[in-house]
Amino acid sequence: MSTKIVIGLDGTDSGSRAVSYAKKLATLIGSCELIVVYVIEWSPYSFQTPEENEQRHKRREEEITAALERVVNPAVKSLDAEGFTARGVVKHGDVADLLNKVAVEAGADQIIVARGSEGGFVSRVFGTSTANLVMTASVPVTVVG
Amino acid sequence: MKSIIPATLAILGTSSTVALAQEARTIDQAVNETFAAFTGPFVSLIFAPFPGTDFPWIVMWLVVAATFFTFYFGFIQIRAFGHSIQLVKGDYSDPDDAGEVSHFQALATALSGTVGLGNIAGVAVAVGIGGPGATFWMILAGLLGMASKFTECTLGVKYRNEYPDGTVSGGPMYYMSKGFAERGLPGGKFLAVVFAIFCILGALGGGNMFQANQAHAQISGILGDYPGWITGLIFAAVVFAVIVGGIKSIASVTEKVVPFMGVLYVAAALVILLVNYDKIGWAFGQIFAGAFTGLGVAGGFVGALIQGFKRAAFSNEAGVGSAAIAHSAVRTKEPITEGFVSLLEPFIDTVVICTMTALVITISGQLMLDPETGNYLIEGSSIKTVGGVSGVALTSAAFATGFSWFPYVLAIAVILFAFSTMISWSYYGLKAWTYLFGEGKTTELVFKIIFCIFVVIGAAASLGPVIDFSDAAIFAMAVINITALYFLMPIVKREMNSYLERLKSGEIKKFKQSA
Repeated sequence: MSTKIVIGLDGTDSGSRAVSYAKKLATLIGSCELIVVYVIEWSPYSFQTPEENEQRHKRREEEITAALERVVNPAVKSLDAEGFTARGVVKHGDVADLLNKVAVEAGADQIIVARGSEGGFVSRVFGTSTANLVMTASVPVTVVG
Repeated sequence: MKSIIPATLAILGTSSTVALAQEARTIDQAVNETFAAFTGPFVSLIFAPFPGTDFPWIVMWLVVAATFFTFYFGFIQIRAFGHSIQLVKGDYSDPDDAGEVSHFQALATALSGTVGLGNIAGVAVAVGIGGPGATFWMILAGLLGMASKFTECTLGVKYRNEYPDGTVSGGPMYYMSKGFAERGLPGGKFLAVVFAIFCILGALGGGNMFQANQAHAQISGILGDYPGWITGLIFAAVVFAVIVGGIKSIASVTEKVVPFMGVLYVAAALVILLVNYDKIGWAFGQIFAGAFTGLGVAGGFVGALIQGFKRAAFSNEAGVGSAAIAHSAVRTKEPITEGFVSLLEPFIDTVVICTMTALVITISGQLMLDPETGNYLIEGSSIKTVGGVSGVALTSAAFATGFSWFPYVLAIAVILFAFSTMISWSYYGLKAWTYLFGEGKTTELVFKIIFCIFVVIGAAASLGPVIDFSDAAIFAMAVINITALYFLMPIVKREMNSYLERLKSGEIKKFKQSA
């Protein structure tokens, strides 16, 4: 049975640091599957206009396609090219909650994320997704600086 | 410095302001008279009383339908209340559907179209004319209306159009044409066309003019009297920016602020009620006594009943069909689940929020009582109030007895509520418009411009003709919609029974366990 590692990407440069560290770890471990996860922030309890609701399904498809094309697929492709076993996942929801959920469902041994690029007032009040993940995850989390 | 500028401007502008104000007054009067003349016959038809009585047939139409649906679906509003809350919480939502429109979002969007001036100004009109007793009938109409809403919103989802690009369109127009065809009944298309026409009028009336009118009343109440068309032009410009200019940020900010305003409003009402807890028993006493005796209001208890039912229907729109448009975008494999969720709408809107307003007005003592008889003092057809105010100004005065600063918060809330209702109704109207004239940029633009023009007319006209036309247009929608619901309700019953059986047998499972 191979080791599974979840890599959380946020579409910024910091994600590449998480990928680099995961590659290093996978090389040391040997038989290892890398699961690249991108979470589109989404709350089912947000407020929307009727027009936004009408368009929502279409927008969701567009968001998933964009995330796959711009972030996940290039990462998976480059990992494959370097000889690693990798697959990609895109989900809508809370970042910390979903990274943990994907890891638990896949039976992953570890989650690797880069230190959040979030800043400003909201993250000061509610904390960053990375901090939330560290506090709530059921599997070990490595935060790459 | 601050005081010098207005003073200087005032001196400079005195003579020209007087002339301008007179000219503006003439514009407002002209708009008002023309509007009243055009809409009079339509209003008279909708509110015609039963022969030999004062009871408008349309009010009976709504109440009979809501009562009928309540019995037909076996008091579904009570049986499914708990399950409705579980659905809104997302207990039964498939995690794989994350990112789609949730039950909560569909409900919140529909509520932002209904919670608003009906709850603030409409209730004040009901209590101001029908006395506290109107509240009893309003609550009853709200509870019964939950069954009407359940019926129409289930059908709205079941017969919505899902287009290849992933967008959805739903509403009474679609369930009338598709549902009737499915049942082999004639006339579905005809009903859909007539409904769409009334929906456009409703969007321009209650969903637009009434909102603009009351928003102007609020602003001029604070800034001092000035011509309504000025407010109308400003509002029209902002609405234009959103619906024509596509400036979504204004709409999305409003959508986010409005729920907080709603919570703030209810919280303020609760605080006033808590501070006056000793009067709550008395207020309920007035509500019950007034419901069956009228306590001296015009038309007695029937007057209270008519006002209660009318304003409840105007506020929660149960049976009107508008909510079916808003709810139809939800992501669900079971249309009936949105029916369950939608029945919470009249509950939140009428049973909770409207009752809060009515209780605060009653407790505030703004309605003048004759100490000798215990009856309310009547002036014209309304109850005499302390400041001689009515509509939203009455609610404002009532809340001011608890918090002197609240009229300012209320003014902002009214403006935001008015704006969010306008945005919602511009969408409902547009759906009806495109149903009639087809989709396309030019046809949509024509409706949007007409909508903006009516904002100005609504703000300039006086409350009487605007409120009459707004009510008439909304109720005309209900005439057609409820007719269709009677024919299509067996479909809803079949869906309901099937779903409830599967829920009971455990075939339908929770995805999320409640804490």
